[in-house]
Amino acid sequence: MASDTSQATVQVSTSAVAQGDGAHDSHGPTGILRWVVTTNHKEIGSLYLLFSLAMLFVGGSMALVIRTELFQPGLQFIQPEFFNQMTTMHGLIMVFGAIMPAFVGLANWMIPMQIGAPDMALPRLNNFSFWLLPVAFGILLSTLFMEGGGPNFGWTFYAPLSTTYAPPSTSFFIMSIHLAGISSILGAINIIATIFNLRTPGMRLMDMSLFVWTWLITAFLLIAVMPVLAGVVTMMLMDINFGTSFFNAAGGGDPVLFQHLFWFFGHPEVYIMILPAFGIVSLIVPTFARKRLFGYASMVYATAAIALLSFLVWAHHMFTVGIPLVGELFFMYSTMLIAVPTGVKIFNWIATLFRGSISFEVPMLFALGFIVMFTIGGLSGVMLAIVPADFQYHDTYFVVAHFHYVLVPGALFAIMAAAYYWMPKWTGYYASETLGKWHFWLSVIGVNLTFFPMHFSGLAGMPRRIPDYALQFADFNMLSSIGGFLFGFSQLIFVWVLIKAIRGSGEKAHAHAWEGADGLEWTVPSPAPLHTFDTPPPFDPLTESPSRH
Amino acid sequence: MSTTHARAGVRRTVIRTLCVLVGMVGFTLALIPLYDVFCEITGLNGKTANSAQVVSAGEVDESREVRVQLVTRTGTGLSWQLQALDPVITVHPGEISQAMFRFSNRGDITSSGKAVPSITPSAGAEHFRKMECFCFQQQSLMAGETLELPLVFQIAPDLPEHIETLTLAYSLYPGDEDETVALGGAYD
Ligand SMILES: [Cu+2]
Repeated sequence: MASDTSQATVQVSTSAVAQGDGAHDSHGPTGILRWVVTTNHKEIGSLYLLFSLAMLFVGGSMALVIRTELFQPGLQFIQPEFFNQMTTMHGLIMVFGAIMPAFVGLANWMIPMQIGAPDMALPRLNNFSFWLLPVAFGILLSTLFMEGGGPNFGWTFYAPLSTTYAPPSTSFFIMSIHLAGISSILGAINIIATIFNLRTPGMRLMDMSLFVWTWLITAFLLIAVMPVLAGVVTMMLMDINFGTSFFNAAGGGDPVLFQHLFWFFGHPEVYIMILPAFGIVSLIVPTFARKRLFGYASMVYATAAIALLSFLVWAHHMFTVGIPLVGELFFMYSTMLIAVPTGVKIFNWIATLFRGSISFEVPMLFALGFIVMFTIGGLSGVMLAIVPADFQYHDTYFVVAHFHYVLVPGALFAIMAAAYYWMPKWTGYYASETLGKWHFWLSVIGVNLTFFPMHFSGLAGMPRRIPDYALQFADFNMLSSIGGFLFGFSQLIFVWVLIKAIRGSGEKAHAHAWEGADGLEWTVPSPAPLHTFDTPPPFDPLTESPSRH
Repeated sequence: MSTTHARAGVRRTVIRTLCVLVGMVGFTLALIPLYDVFCEITGLNGKTANSAQVVSAGEVDESREVRVQLVTRTGTGLSWQLQALDPVITVHPGEISQAMFRFSNRGDITSSGKAVPSITPSAGAEHFRKMECFCFQQQSLMAGETLELPLVFQIAPDLPEHIETLTLAYSLYPGDEDETVALGGAYD
C-alpha cells in the first residue's frame, strides 16, 4: 500500500509537469470552437458521452410516446403511421445513437488512461469520428418532418417493407446509417491502434484491464460486421433508386436474403452493445468487493469465445422463415452454446463477490443490478433459442421483454455504473450518494415494472409493433406504461447528479477515488488533467497486473 | 518508448485493420452470388428452376401420396387475379400431373404480369420439377381478358419421406415496364 501511495505522488508531479508543458503549445481556439476542433481524447470522450445522453432522452421520449398510446387499448393519441415511426426511431436512436456512442465515449476517456497512453493513436481521426454522429442523427431525425414521414419499418428495416413499401425519406435514413457506420469503423480502428501500440512499457496484453480487453474484442467485431451493414443498406438504396432486385422477389431477388445479411450484422451488433458492459462490471465488482477479479484469463477467453460464436448464430432471429430442420437445429444449439461462456462470466463475478468485504456505493449497486437483471434477460434468451418455443414467442412482447432486459438493465445500467464509477476522475467530485441511490432504486423499480409484465403479455400472444391490442392485455400494458414513465423521469436524477458533480458541489475526490480500485487511471489526480501520461508511467506486472496471483 | 517507433506501429496496425475491413467488404459482396448458388443447389429458399426441366427417371411410387396445395396471391400494382382451378391435388411421386391456373385482368388497360413460384417446405423445392410453366415468362393480358394456363409438373420419386404436403405459392408481380408500354402502344 505504501508503494502505491508514493507512486501516486510521483505520478501527480509528472503529470503536473506534463500539464505545464501542454500549456505552452496549446494555442488552440477557445470557447465553442475549442470543442469542435479538439483532438484530446478526454474532451472527445466527453462529447461522445454528452451526445449519447442527449440521444437517450430523445429515444426515451419516443418510448414514452409509444407507452402513452399503449396505456389503454384502442387508438387515443397517435395514428398507427406515426406509431410505426416512433417504434422504428426509438430502436435506431437507442442502438446507434445512445448505447454505442456511450461505450465509445467511455473507451475514449478510459482506454488511454488505463494503458498509460498520452492520447488515442489517431487523435484527428477521433474528432472526425465523433462529428459524423451529430450529422448522422440530424439527418435521421429530420426524416420525421419530411413528406411521408420517417422510417416506419422497424429498427430491423426488413425489405421489402424498407424498399418497395418504404416512405420517400428512406434514402436519408440509409445515408444516416452509412455515416454512423463509418463513425463506428473509424472509432474501432483508432481503438485497436491505440491498444496495440500505445501501452506503457511492460504492460502485456494479459495485463490490460478487462474494460480494455472487452473493447479490443468489440472493436474487431465492429470492423467485421459494419461493412455488412453498409452493404445491406447500399443494396436497399439500389433497389429503391436504381431498379435492382436484391431483395425484390418480382425481379428474381429474395427478401429472406435481406434477413440473413441483416442478422449476420445484427447478432454480433448485440455483443458490440454488451461486451464493453462486461468489461465495466468486471472492474467495478472487484473494486467494491475489495478482492481481485476471479478468473481473469477465463474472462478474456470467454469474451473472445462469445465474439467468435456470435458469427454462427444469426438465423436464430429467423426460425420462422422456413429454414430446414438441420438448419434450425444447428442455430438452436450454437445459440445455446453461447450461454456457456456467458455463464462463465456470471460465475466469475459471483465468485469475486464470494467472501469479499462488499460495500454498496452507487456504481456497485448498478453493477449488481446489471448482473441480476442481465441474467434474467439471458435466461429468456435461452427460452427464445428453443426452436419450437420460438415459433410461439416470435414477434410477441416476450421478445421485446428479452432484448430490453439485456439492453436496459444490461447495457444501460453498465454505462450508468461506469459513469458513477469514473465521475470522480472526470469531474474531481463524487456523484451524490443520496441522489445516486434514488436514481438506482427508482430505475430498478421502473425498469422491472415496464418490462417484466411484457413477458406475460408476450406469452399470452400480444404481438409487438402494433398500436392497439386486445382487451385481455390491458392491465399488463397499463403497468408497463406506468413503469416506463417512472423509469424515464428517474433518468433526470442522473442529469442532476452530473450537473452537481461538474459544478463541483459535493465531496471532493482524491486521485485514488475508490480504495479498492485497481488501474493506472487512479494514479493521476482527480479531475484528470487534460494531458496525462505524456511520459509512459512505470508499470510492474508483478504488483499491478489484474491477472497477477 | 520512442514516438517514431510507436508511430510506425500505429501505421502497421491501421494498414492491417484496413485490410481486414476491405476483406469484409469483399466478403459481403461475395455473399450475394454465394447465397444464390447455395440456394440453387439446395433449394433452401424455396425457389424452383426458372426454365423447363426434363422428367426425372424412376418408377411412379403408387404406394405414396403427396398433397400439393396451390396458393396464389397478387402483389401491389397489378389489377389482375390469379386462381388455381383445383387448390389441392393429390399426386404420386414420379407421376406427371397438370394443374390449371386462371389469369384475369380486372383492369381497364392492357398490362403484363409475372408469376413467381415458391415452394414450402423448402426442402422439397429441388424435388418439384416443372416441365411446362407459365412462370418461365411474363404474360400480357388485354383489359378484361381471361386466360387459362397449365402447369405440368412432376414430384421426383426421391422426395424426402417426411414431406407429405408441398405448398406451391405463386405471387403475381407487374411485368417488365418497358414491355408493358410497348404492348400497350401496339394496341392503342
Ligand atoms: Cu441474435
